[in-house]
Amino acid sequence: MKLLTHNMLTSHVKGVTKGYPLLIKATEVKMNEVEFNPQFVSRMIPKLEWSALIQAAEELGHRQDLPGELVPDYEKDEEFLKMVHRVLLEVEVIEGFLQCPESGREFPITRGIPNMLLNEEEA
Amino acid sequence: MDPSVENNVNGIRRSKEEKKILKRQIKASYTLLKHEGITTTSQPTKNLVVANGGLGNGVSREELLSALKEMGELETLLMHPKKPFAFVTYRSEESAQKAYVHLNGQKLQCGENSVTLYLSYVHSVTCEEEASVSLPEGLTLVEDFVSQDEEDLLLAAVDWSSTNDDVSAQKSLKHRKVKHYGFEFRYDTNNVDKDKPLASGIPQECLPVLERCVKKAHINILPDQLTVNQYESGQGIPPHVDTHSAFEDTLLSLSLGARTVMEFRHPDGHLVPVVLPPRSLLVMKGESRYLWTHGITPRKYDMVPACDPQSPALKTAEVGTPSNLTLRKRGTRTSFTFRKIRHKPCDCAFPSACDSQGATPPPPLLPCSHADAALLEEEYVHRVYDAIASHFSSTRHSPWPRVCHFLTSLPAGSVLADVGCGNGKYLGVNPDVISVGCDRSSALVHICAERGFQAFVSDALSVPLRTASCDACISIAVIHHFSTQDRRLAAVRELVRLLKPGGRALIYVWAFEQEYKKQRSKYLKDQNKEGSDVHSPTKNTSEESQEPHGKSSRHLEDDNRPVNKIQDDSKVTDGKLSVHTNRTAFNTQDLLVPWHLKEGKRRGEVEPVETGRKDKMKDDSKKTSGKSCPTTSKDSKPIPSIGTTQSSTVKPKSESDSSPAPVFHRYYHVFQQGELEQLCGQVAGVEVQSSYHDQGNWCVILEKAGTL
Repeated sequence: MKLLTHNMLTSHVKGVTKGYPLLIKATEVKMNEVEFNPQFVSRMIPKLEWSALIQAAEELGHRQDLPGELVPDYEKDEEFLKMVHRVLLEVEVIEGFLQCPESGREFPITRGIPNMLLNEEEA
Repeated sequence: MDPSVENNVNGIRRSKEEKKILKRQIKASYTLLKHEGITTTSQPTKNLVVANGGLGNGVSREELLSALKEMGELETLLMHPKKPFAFVTYRSEESAQKAYVHLNGQKLQCGENSVTLYLSYVHSVTCEEEASVSLPEGLTLVEDFVSQDEEDLLLAAVDWSSTNDDVSAQKSLKHRKVKHYGFEFRYDTNNVDKDKPLASGIPQECLPVLERCVKKAHINILPDQLTVNQYESGQGIPPHVDTHSAFEDTLLSLSLGARTVMEFRHPDGHLVPVVLPPRSLLVMKGESRYLWTHGITPRKYDMVPACDPQSPALKTAEVGTPSNLTLRKRGTRTSFTFRKIRHKPCDCAFPSACDSQGATPPPPLLPCSHADAALLEEEYVHRVYDAIASHFSSTRHSPWPRVCHFLTSLPAGSVLADVGCGNGKYLGVNPDVISVGCDRSSALVHICAERGFQAFVSDALSVPLRTASCDACISIAVIHHFSTQDRRLAAVRELVRLLKPGGRALIYVWAFEQEYKKQRSKYLKDQNKEGSDVHSPTKNTSEESQEPHGKSSRHLEDDNRPVNKIQDDSKVTDGKLSVHTNRTAFNTQDLLVPWHLKEGKRRGEVEPVETGRKDKMKDDSKKTSGKSCPTTSKDSKPIPSIGTTQSSTVKPKSESDSSPAPVFHRYYHVFQQGELEQLCGQVAGVEVQSSYHDQGNWCVILEKAGTL
């Protein structure tokens, strides 16, 4: 699971109103080199919940020098885009859990795949 | 006048009120005689009939019991589900007389109503006639077969943390946990592999219990196979008959933990719910084992006979009767089912349900409730995809051109969710969009991950993505797997929820109309190819076997086949799902579509439409041929079932080779023209932008109201 995907995921347990962002409890994280495409990264940034990305990067120890607030004119800042690229597309959680911040429900991540299935009572 | 009445109130001068009660009591006993054939007697006995004190006029067991118990110790209390009276038997005649005197004419408060009770003596309690719904022939329930200590010991003997193999389908089924000992029950072949015993035999802890079963003649030989099922509250198992050819006559099922209700059904529709108390042993033999199905409805509460822990004698008389009901919350139940592997074909007296004697299994019913629908989909959709994932994926490498067209039309940087992404064949079509997929089948999601796509496991009815986070969603060949209209609607709603205002969703579902505007779909056309397909190893037999029941591939002459015509068709089938004949026109909208699992060189493929071009996406390298190839021959249609035990099922007859390829059945609801648009029209805040027919599929593009 890349942090790009994490940025889109939310807890969907019944009754939960603040299920975002999911906390990450990783036991195995790996770096996967991906070709850097500054244009693609710039287009992605406005689609993101920035603070959630920063929180996730922090949890995994990959925040680098990323600012808490999105900087203006980031399209031209190649160093910034590279950091975003790295954290969004290259950091991958292989094993661990995602945890609902409100209910505490844990969703396992195995072989890089979050299992977000709920049981009948939670759905 | 009844002289006994005078006896009982002998010497007491009756008040006006007493006279009134007496009159009514006599009237009530007369009514019982006239309408129910119950003869009351003037002589005091231990038994009383309590007029007005029945479930039929709103008196609950607990309410009546509390009044009766004050008069003395009870032996039994029988309440018929629909009758306005009850029978009570006291331990002593004195208690009965006391009740007669004190309760006659007494008002009993029942919820908001009150009733007046009238009691008369009876010689015997006539529960035999109708109160006792007899158990199916051959079924015995032995209560308290094991002690609480043994129960604890047995439960502790099961190690749920380890699963013993990875051969068969997943063990952690949504509706229960399963573990096998001795031999594994294979859900793909619906039988046991008799030549491959498991490393772990039946746990030692079970031996004393089994020896007791033999000693008490519940079974005449020690079982060699054990299946342990654990059901949480709300979980169940579909009705099934244990495969005849797999196991010998006697099945032993030990219930531990919470009580539950198991339902036995005769093929004629006769239903007998049987309460399984903790630590009881259920012995199934003969007709109850071979002919009746048994199952547990997934629910959280059961209607069970009320039983008072203070009077254990009350319990026995009530098991198996539909009376004396009360609601009880289910807890976790663990069952130990012991069976003896059968080594010769079954020659039972019930050929209609016997796979050894060539019977075909009864099809499942079209679900009515949400719970039934979820169970059907788990068995006939989720489990099948997990089992066939890799073969399925190998036949799914060509994205459909019009889906690709939709994807490539999305602006660069769009966020795309593919809900029901399968092996991920659409996730890489447009590299300029941010694509994420999800699927119910973890086996398919793992294939996506291996291909380097971002995907997660989730249900299409509850997608864990932020509301209004997607510029586009696609749902390709997914919604036709939901088995009720409500669930199909919920699936569309969920897609729309994910869209941003102005965002678009593309939905494909399989069409009832496989011939449209005089064009037959590729799905139908491929049938013709089959005979000339030199790659098919069994080409000489394959055509006939495609139509084992002589069904013709009827071609629809009218595109606008009226909806009610179809509904009539489904009524004819009595709510039972029919098994579709691959590559033929559909006869009904709700059906089971066989999937012939590839085995060795054989390939079987049977699915909607594969059109189109090879794609630029990262393709799977395993494929042997780009074409989907029609199924090889199997002339029977087994329906694998997730029974713990399993549906009575016909093993496919093998031709030359000894191990036939398993056949799986997937549930589909095929859509009629206009139906998809109508479904989407029920969702607020979205418009059908366009709709079309594409190679046997109905397709819509929806747009969410508002602007980006």
